[in-house]
Formats: sequence, structure tokens, C-alpha cells
Amino acid sequence: MEVGIVGYGAYVPRHRIKVEEIAQVWGADAPTYKKGLRLEEKSVPSPDQDVITMSVEASRRALRRAGVDPFELGAIYIGSESHPYAVKPSGTVVAEAIGATPNLHCADLEFACKAGSEGMFIALSLVKAGEMKLALGIGADTSQGAPGDALEYSASAGAAAFIMGRERLVAACEHTFSFTTDTPDFWRREYQHYPRHGGRFTGEPAYFKHTLSCARELMKRAGLEPGDFKFAVFHQPNGKFPLTASEELGFTREQVQQGLLSPSIGNTYSGASPLGLTAILDVAKPGDRILMVSYGSGSGSDGFVWRVTERIEEVRSLAPQTWAQIKDRPVYVNYGTYAKFRGKILKAS
Amino acid sequence: MIGLARHWREIPQRYRYEAARCDKCSAVYFPPRLVCSKCRGREFTKTVLPQTGKVETFTVIRVAPTGFTDEAPYAVAVVKLDDSIRVMAQVVDCEVEKLAIGDRVRLEFRKVQQDGEAGAICYGYKFVPEA
Ligand SMILES: [Zn+2]
Repeated sequence: MEVGIVGYGAYVPRHRIKVEEIAQVWGADAPTYKKGLRLEEKSVPSPDQDVITMSVEASRRALRRAGVDPFELGAIYIGSESHPYAVKPSGTVVAEAIGATPNLHCADLEFACKAGSEGMFIALSLVKAGEMKLALGIGADTSQGAPGDALEYSASAGAAAFIMGRERLVAACEHTFSFTTDTPDFWRREYQHYPRHGGRFTGEPAYFKHTLSCARELMKRAGLEPGDFKFAVFHQPNGKFPLTASEELGFTREQVQQGLLSPSIGNTYSGASPLGLTAILDVAKPGDRILMVSYGSGSGSDGFVWRVTERIEEVRSLAPQTWAQIKDRPVYVNYGTYAKFRGKILKAS
Repeated sequence: MIGLARHWREIPQRYRYEAARCDKCSAVYFPPRLVCSKCRGREFTKTVLPQTGKVETFTVIRVAPTGFTDEAPYAVAVVKLDDSIRVMAQVVDCEVEKLAIGDRVRLEFRKVQQDGEAGAICYGYKFVPEA
């Protein structure tokens, strides 16, 4: 029995800050980030936006494309490392806002940048197991880097939502695979505002090891090669890592370009590869195969092989497309406004 | 600041834009009412408001009330929803100096207020420029 995506939706905040604007505050070299990490600008959530608001908007868009009654959703899983509440699930508010309550399962997930793809996997698996007809998986974040830290140039905001089901698919899931180890590359302890990273663990033993291992094993088990895919999307902590990974795996620039959003909006963490997938679905043709591999620090990678169906043509224009949103009248903010928006300014209480 | 209990009771309106349509004369009420002020009817059917419309008038708040001071200056508009009633709400994601009567806007889910760093977060609707 085929299971897969019935509807998808993306949400990217309108505010942006440029790499130069951050670099000039900290006396850093902008070209290092622009050329070295292929970052131009990143999305900035306004003070009235968070994981819940972005998830609601992305889910409403997914519902429009799915054309299903939200009441039929059997579960909602939101993956994020920036849930607004430490205790009280984001999913409860989102489920209420989209009209899916009260007959459904709900829990928030956390796994650095791969909590969203894990949510997609669980939603997909529950449908596959026959537990429910439809399930919603969301990846969303409004992540923060410490002021002046390298992560401040990339940590951004966005959300992607996927309704999984058995009928009227826009993309069938052909294979999945996941790769997990204990790797101390990045963490945030409870009550800490900003994350820490174990410098030497970033890159090779973390992002590349997990992304490449997951992608290779997934393709091996599926009996597929890079040439069998029209598109590939990888986790994108910056613009450079996913390009390096894709080259090492044997993918061309053409295969990854459409889903590579980080140079324009930064690293949306749990939203990153899921948002890249939405951008690909916006243009993919029936029959196209898509490889998706996420990465979350700590560490793990989820891999999916998607095959686009005929129905994609009917649904893609039913909600705002991802690149169109990114390019739609961005509002640029200076560092002062950015610091205010992100609560980086200590005020008298 | 509105209380948490009141906010919770108003979730159908604040989250899902649910209004009441009078079964007798079709008048739409948002928030819903118990008695129709046009025909005194007491039977209503739930209806969801359209989520796009046009700015009919607006004002810019420069001296904001407690809880909203960080947001000033911000715009509050009366919007005529497409083929429906008028709704008043904040307009965000726009430069208030450039906002104009007649602008197309749509409803979006946003944080409306929060009780400091530790209290509950209240969500609801605001208008944003239509794409
Ligand atoms: Zn009436």
C-alpha cells in the first residue's frame, strides 16, 4: 500500500537581515561568511511570530493543498528546538487553530535540526500502520545564535508542514532510513538561552558523517543511484555544507539548486530540509524522484525517497509557493531592530 | 491585557475566525451573539469568516497601552472582509507610514500578547499585506 504526502505547506517570515549587517556590528569579515559559507541573508521572525504561529500558517497551507477536513487528522507532531513553551505542547495550539481537535494524538518532538523530519516519519508510519487515515508532521524553528557567534549569521526561522495519507498523494514515500549516533557537536542545556557547539565536532564527524552515511545506505537499500533522482535536498546549516555533501555523493548542482534555500533565508533548523522539499514539490513533475536527507546535531539523519505523482499539478498553486514567499517583498532590518525582535536587548523590568 | 480565561473562551473566534450567521435574516456576528440585533432571532449557524479583505480605515498607535509599548508605532485597521463583515485588528509586516486605505490584507495567526517571560502566551489574528 502506498503512503506519502497528501498536502504540503511552507511559511517563511518576511523580515530579513543581511550578513554584512551582522558582520559590521561584531567587526567580523562578511566575505568569510558570504563566500566561505555561502550565506547572503537570513529570515528573522517578528516579535509576534514563533514556532506555533508559523506552524499554523504552514499547516493551513498544507490543508488547502490536501483538500481534507482537518477533523480527520489522527495525529500532529511538531519537531522544533524552539518550542515557545518548555512545558505545554505547541501541537495543542496548532491543532486547535486548524480545527483538528479533539480526536487526535499530539506530542512535540525535539532533535536539534532533524525533529521535523522525525515528525514526518512518525506521521507517515502511523498512516502506513493503518492506525489513522491522515497525520500531520511539521518542522519549524525560530532558532537563535549567541550574539557574535558564527551561528548568528545563519540561525533563522521558517516552517514546513506535511499531511501524510494513503489516498490522493502528491508524492509517495518509496523508502526511508535513519542513522543515529552520540556525537557532541551542538547542544543547549535546560534554562540556557543560547546553544553551545563543540567546535572540532562540527562538520566531518557530525554533519558529513551522518548525512553521507544516511544517504548512501538509503540509496543502497532502495537500489538507487544519484542519477535516478531529479532532485536532492539535504539539511542546510549554511549554503556550503549541502553542496559539499551532494558533490561527494555524486549529485549535480542542478539536482540540489531548487531545494537550496539557506543562502537566501539561513538555517531554519527543523524547517530546513522540509522547507527545501516544499520548494522542490512546487516545481517537480509527476514521476520525479526526490532524495531528502535531514541532519540534527547530537546526532542523526533521516532519509526519504519521494516519488512525485500526477496530483502535484492540481495542488501546487493552491497555496503560496516557497521561492515566491522568499522573494515576496522582504523587509530588511538593521541589527538594532533584529536584536529587539529576538529579545537580545536587556530591558529594565 | 485580557485575562487567560476570557482568551480561552474566545479561541473559536481568535484562532479560527468563527462567526455566527442568523438563520432568519443572515446577519453575521463576530464575535457571535445570542440574539440577532436586526430581527431578534435566536437561531444561528456557525460560519467561518473569509480571510482576505480591504483596509477601510486605520489609525497608527504611537503611545501604546501596557503590554504593547514595544510594538509602537503600529497600525490598527478596520478591514472589510471580502463579501462579509468588518473586523478590526492590528496590521503587521508593513511600514505603517506606507499603509493606505484600500490596501489588500489577509488574516494571519500571530502572538497577540504574553504575560511577561513566564506567563501564558495568547494567540490570535492580525492582518498582513496580501501576497
Ligand atoms: Zn437576524
